[in-house]
Amino acid sequence: MKAFTYERASSPAQAAAIVARTPGAKFIAGGTNLLDLMKLEIETPTHLVDVNGLGLDQIEPTPDGGLRIGAMVRNTDLAADMRVRRDYAVLSHALVAGASGQLRNAATTAGNLLQRTRCPYFYDTNMPCNKRKPGSGCGAIGGYTRQHAIIGHSEACIATNPSDMAVALRALDATVETIQADGKTRSIPIADFHRLPGDTPHIETVLNRGEMITGVVLPKPLGGVQLYRKVRDRASYAFAIVSVAAVMRPDGGSRVALGGVAHKPWRVEAADARLPDGARATTAELLRGARPQQENAFKVILAERTVAAVLAKAKA
Amino acid sequence: MSDDRFLPVSRRGVLATGAATMAVSVTPAFAQTHELTRSRSSAGKPSMAKVSFQVNGEPHSLELDTRTSLLDALREHLELTGSKKGCDHGQCGACTVIVDGRRINSCLTLAVMNEGRQITTIEGLGSPEAMHPMQQAFVEHDGYQCGYCTPGQICSAVAMLDEVKAGVPSHATADLTASPKLTNAELRERMSGNICRCAAYSNIVEAIEEVARGAA
Repeated sequence: MKAFTYERASSPAQAAAIVARTPGAKFIAGGTNLLDLMKLEIETPTHLVDVNGLGLDQIEPTPDGGLRIGAMVRNTDLAADMRVRRDYAVLSHALVAGASGQLRNAATTAGNLLQRTRCPYFYDTNMPCNKRKPGSGCGAIGGYTRQHAIIGHSEACIATNPSDMAVALRALDATVETIQADGKTRSIPIADFHRLPGDTPHIETVLNRGEMITGVVLPKPLGGVQLYRKVRDRASYAFAIVSVAAVMRPDGGSRVALGGVAHKPWRVEAADARLPDGARATTAELLRGARPQQENAFKVILAERTVAAVLAKAKA
Repeated sequence: MSDDRFLPVSRRGVLATGAATMAVSVTPAFAQTHELTRSRSSAGKPSMAKVSFQVNGEPHSLELDTRTSLLDALREHLELTGSKKGCDHGQCGACTVIVDGRRINSCLTLAVMNEGRQITTIEGLGSPEAMHPMQQAFVEHDGYQCGYCTPGQICSAVAMLDEVKAGVPSHATADLTASPKLTNAELRERMSGNICRCAAYSNIVEAIEEVARGAA
């Protein structure tokens, strides 16, 4: 691991200002992904700003009937919150489908949104990777691509976003709240938060330098049957090959999002409208224009079958 | 081995002696590498920071290289070598300790991030003379073979039972609004962050189930 200096921030605004003005600075929250990557020298910050202990660990109701989740709320606490279990079950289900008990106790809401891909070519520093080293090429294309993206990818990068939580947040139309170095705050719809790789796969979100996530806001409860189905190589503690987050409402307004297929949680509003027509019609709309790799064409079929399983369970 | 001046020899002692011997034999190469690393990271020379926390009820104040994980602080600085380094990447669970009542991977948190925290390691749960019920159950049910994952398994299991008691749901919980019950499926799911290379899982499950029954 490369050496770095460390300080504890005293407020979100101060943390944002420090990271904005200090070259090589990064925020550290739970640390479960950042430290893993620092040990491999994939991440090499020269200064860490600890943003734990800033009071961003509360879950509070919003005036319009939703919930505001502090950026530092641990994944375990978010999944276990009775309001989330009752009114946003898809989020609770998605959270407990991810990682292990130990990791969920440390990992934060903001950190989960900012976690990096688990593409093995990103992790292997002997391989080219445009995300790790811009301009070096993509080792995954033409390589071992079973886990990779089937839609929304580019010639520069075919990595997927590994988060389960983000897929549920996309289905719920959550909003990410931030504070910038100048103290200004903004709200970013989750749909716009993560970027597609294009020719800059190393830029994964729309956050500016030093911009810090302060919370995630859930709109008022959608009701309906809320499900998260994750398909993976092990029964537990593995990343999704394909996952489906769904909110099924009998009176219309159902929605569905996919994980494990793209550089960001994948939702197409036109596909939501096809849900009453079944899994085939819905998935065809969701994955219109998909360009799978040689080894992951099965994900197109798997996505349809997983959507079918979710629809069947919602009816049961 | 008639000469008992060498006894008792702890495994730690043998390892330390072995490492010292090895270091002597590779000193020139080590020195070169070290110099290289230092010159390469002129912008990033080691930075020290102070941290205070309690470990197994005892206060400790340390000044550490900021890169030191909590696991390395416990093992290398406080000589609490019960917590094990398996993968050092949060994948195996051998380093599991309990911080402020919650189980975490001590390899994936910096020691300096744990200011003011209460840390419990396997050494704090019990001793050979006065074992924690979970330690006792692992012994009785033979919940290990090589034993390397065992401290992490036990710390994880103790905190896991508290999570169930607090109503924390898991991937095996069908009804999110009900209080979770510790079924076999629940137990296995909740312990999936602790890998046992010897695959002593069935005995580990029996040990944890016995403690859970006793605590219920």
